[in-house]
Amino acid sequence: MAPADIVALLDERFGPAVTGKKLEGCDPWVAVDPARLVEVCTFLRDDPRLRFDLLNCISGVDYLETDAKKVPKAGFEPHLEVVYHLSSFTHRHRFVLKLILPRWKDGVAGQLPEVPTVSHVWPAADWHERETYDLVGVRFTGHPDLRRILLAEDWEGHPLRKDYEFPLEYHGIRCR
Amino acid sequence: MGMMEGRWEEGFVTTTLENAINWARQGSLWPMTFGLACCAIEMMATGASRYDIDRFGAGAFRATPRQADLMIVAGTVNFKMADRVRRLYNQMPEPKFVIAMGACTCGGGPYYKYGYNVVKGVDLVVPVDVYVPGCPPRPEALLEGLMRIQDKVRGMKDLTKGQPIQLPVPKRSGAVMLPDELADPAKSLEFQVQNKERAKPAKA
Repeated sequence: MAPADIVALLDERFGPAVTGKKLEGCDPWVAVDPARLVEVCTFLRDDPRLRFDLLNCISGVDYLETDAKKVPKAGFEPHLEVVYHLSSFTHRHRFVLKLILPRWKDGVAGQLPEVPTVSHVWPAADWHERETYDLVGVRFTGHPDLRRILLAEDWEGHPLRKDYEFPLEYHGIRCR
Repeated sequence: MGMMEGRWEEGFVTTTLENAINWARQGSLWPMTFGLACCAIEMMATGASRYDIDRFGAGAFRATPRQADLMIVAGTVNFKMADRVRRLYNQMPEPKFVIAMGACTCGGGPYYKYGYNVVKGVDLVVPVDVYVPGCPPRPEALLEGLMRIQDKVRGMKDLTKGQPIQLPVPKRSGAVMLPDELADPAKSLEFQVQNKERAKPAKA
């Protein structure tokens, strides 16, 4: 099924929940409302025309220009994106789902933005969500075991955020 | 030998107890089986038959720190691992030696600037005796590092404590010798002038 048809299906089913789309390029995507993510994902997986039975990966992307001079030319407002790459063994097609989030929940620095988990839809999402939480700082609500997966348990901050600052010291070891 | 010469039968050697202990110790340095990243592959090659670290008595890789004398930190140490490295070092019995193998363990290597999770040199975690640079170092380089450790062991003074510690003089230095025309300052100047002459563009 061509990407345009998939988008049309989603539009028809979840009209107002689709908040953005892009059909050109090698990875056509659709952005959806985080509140209805589980519903959309279940539909993508179970609909006989789509059958997205494989979640390739979940990525977190931080859109932030830290250099004040380059901000006007950056071409985006500071925000966070969570990207789901899906493919289907049955129909041999693929698709990209995006969530567009604020960098901090309610604009309060330190409050992680929240996304409902899809680990019960695709079990592969379990570790991907932990990694995204670990490095980018997105809280997946309803996740069975949301701990850091790569960094040490008592690590502070989320290193792949653009405004992350290295700690001076960790367990008595100089860091920089 | 002097007055001792010829007084005993052939093959009889006299030495100090300290020298005998050091000789035994330097010939049986048991490293710990401990690889963190790609340098470990090179360490395994050093242990295998082509380079054969067993020639130096250091081929008995122990699976526990309690039986090891030598810790070869082979690979990137990140902060999550640093606690474990220190713990393993503390579990090793004295005397113990550490080789920092590879650029990452010497000083952070390619992760020095932007690696948020990499310790900038394992010497921030445990005391290091010998640094072996390279990314990863050739097995020959690791063997050279091992020989430096052996030099250090040979210079140890366990029984005569309180004496000034003699720094071991490397017996088999890997230092690069300058060619004859560069070793002497006057000759090297002459050589440079000659080189410049040679490098001048030919006149049309």
